[in-house]
Amino acid sequence: MAKIVTDVVCPFCGTLCDDLEVKVTDDDKQILEVYNACVIGTEKFLHSQAKDRLKVPMKQDEEGNWSEVSINEAVEYTAQMLAKAKKPLMYGWSSTNCEAQSIGGEIAELCGAVVDNTATVCHGTTLIAVQDVGVPSCTLGEVKNRADRIIFWGCNPAHAHPRHMSRYSIFPRGFFTGKGHKARKMIVVDPRTTDTAKMADIHMQLEQGRDYELLSALRVALRGAPLPEKVAGIPRETIIDAAETLKSGRFVVIFFGMGVTQSLSKNHNIDIAIMLTKDLNEHTKAAIMPMRGHYNVTGSGEVLGWQFGYPFSVDLSRGFARYNPGDSSSNDLLRRDEVDAVFVLGSDPGAHFPISSVKKIANLPSVCVDPHYTPTTAVCKLHMPVAFVGVEVGGCTYRMDAVPIHARKVVDAPEGMLTDEEFLKMVLKRIKEIKGVA
Amino acid sequence: METVTLTIKKQPDLRLEAEKITPDAFAGKSAAEIADLPVFEGRETAKLGTYFDVAGKGGATAAETKIVIKGDASRVKYIGMKMTAGEVLIEGSADMYAGAWMEGGKLVVKGDVDAFAGTGMKGGIFEIGGNAGNYLGAAYRGDWRGMQGGTIRVKGNAGSDIGYFMNGGTIIVEGDADVHVATHAEGGTIIIKGNGKSKIGGQMVKGDIYVFGTIDVMMPGFVYRKDVDLEVDGTRATFALYEGDMGERHGKRKGEVIYGKIYQKY
Ligand code: SF4
Repeated sequence: MAKIVTDVVCPFCGTLCDDLEVKVTDDDKQILEVYNACVIGTEKFLHSQAKDRLKVPMKQDEEGNWSEVSINEAVEYTAQMLAKAKKPLMYGWSSTNCEAQSIGGEIAELCGAVVDNTATVCHGTTLIAVQDVGVPSCTLGEVKNRADRIIFWGCNPAHAHPRHMSRYSIFPRGFFTGKGHKARKMIVVDPRTTDTAKMADIHMQLEQGRDYELLSALRVALRGAPLPEKVAGIPRETIIDAAETLKSGRFVVIFFGMGVTQSLSKNHNIDIAIMLTKDLNEHTKAAIMPMRGHYNVTGSGEVLGWQFGYPFSVDLSRGFARYNPGDSSSNDLLRRDEVDAVFVLGSDPGAHFPISSVKKIANLPSVCVDPHYTPTTAVCKLHMPVAFVGVEVGGCTYRMDAVPIHARKVVDAPEGMLTDEEFLKMVLKRIKEIKGVA
Repeated sequence: METVTLTIKKQPDLRLEAEKITPDAFAGKSAAEIADLPVFEGRETAKLGTYFDVAGKGGATAAETKIVIKGDASRVKYIGMKMTAGEVLIEGSADMYAGAWMEGGKLVVKGDVDAFAGTGMKGGIFEIGGNAGNYLGAAYRGDWRGMQGGTIRVKGNAGSDIGYFMNGGTIIVEGDADVHVATHAEGGTIIIKGNGKSKIGGQMVKGDIYVFGTIDVMMPGFVYRKDVDLEVDGTRATFALYEGDMGERHGKRKGEVIYGKIYQKY
């Protein structure tokens, strides 16, 4: 017999869908089927069932040969590495729960580490912009119930957040949006004709790297000031038309992704997009929201925020928190040889960092904590396998609109498998012993 | 004036944080006392004397103290941070935050400086013989007060984001500047004698930018007004005056709206 677990939260992307149903065997050991999730979400659940899953910690010797080690040896190596380093980097945190993140912060404080999360290579620029100019935002529930003008700027939810449009932004019929997508106008700004762009009422196919100019032009248009004939390759009339479309709405929401956060102008693209949102509030109601990637990258920012006052790239080496992306951000630290040990949990820099940074990790004492084999595994000295958060252990996670949602446990982890939180607690205990603090 | 000479004898494994290298901290101190000042490598605290040979002594006050740094200081951060008077001469290059929050005196770097040099600078003279990194004379993260006073002169090129949130002072770049000049500026002057790129004066409220060379793409919020004859940093020429950023808020003086100004040399 099998049973159905309902109200399951998907631990994949920042949409954090909370309506999944999962069919599991009676003994809670195996997932049979996943309902309601998109293909990526489904795959995340099914992947936890992989037969070749790493179950024992593995350590790499000087020659690059891997051998199995005990959990205690893994804890010891990690604790010694973090306790001895002059400036360790503790990176990742976006694919685990807030409980584990907070222990990670405690370790970082004790070791004078730099704690950084995946925002450093995706929406960190957004966080910089928010600190510079503030942010008028809202929840996805408000989007569903009220928004009738939706912009997707530099993002492609059709592929990256597959259920975003159907659950919140375009298709659903909400309290004040009874006609669903028929009453919504959709504007997509993207140099490419993505599957999202194909659905748009207005697709502004701008020149690559000219988002800042186009955002500025929309602000100019809103103020009725003169514009050049073309901005970013978009004719003046189209820009004025888009500005009018936004003004005529009851509730505008700008969603934006890495197409603007990591292209030329970076944080300035976002701070001017936020200022555009502010300007729109003089005509109608408007909000702006980042399309966060990892399911709990927002949570990592929240946890670091309440622990240290900053959402990412927090440098604790001097005993107080400093924050200056460009200096205290992972890739800058690695590039400039400013860290002497690397601890990775809940992300995959081996796949996402520039190769120059990955090479630096390969030359340093390093630990990777992850349920999967990843490209990071290959460059780290120790790989510690753990249970899947959101599949084999629950915990607090934050959706892209900063709404906390408790992830559920669906099946048991393989026998003897630790969770991130349990492993970090063991490391913290050992570091305290090494450092002689109670 | 007394001179203290620091000669680097040991490079840090990581980077050295040495905000104590200022005339203010050295004033009234002997070589031994100066060598005893704390510096930081990661979470470890060490002494200045571990990394530098110290010769000479500080003057009675900061204004009477000159510091000369010999050797490669390109891994030493925060040199001249918050200095109020006196002189610092770096014969090679310096790392990040050189002259950050500087208030007075003179800081001369013969080589290059890395990012965040002159962050939130309030006064004094800062000369860079080589190139400057990103965020020259900009605001620290989250601060709306960038450079507020003093003069920065770069003989080479400057990186992106110079004068971010600037509201006073002067930055002169004799070479080229990368994108984002004076973004969010509310005052101050930037002179680029080489070429500018795009995003110049974006979200600018007030202030003056002079560009002698080309501008890849003018921000759409800047409107051409007229031609003006000016003398700028010793050069007489005719400039095209643009005002903006029209998308940004602007204050009024005597009933007239004050805009940010970009002057481009013909
Ligand atoms: S849209 Fe995101 S959260 Fe929802 S099911 Fe797909 S991957 Fe999971």
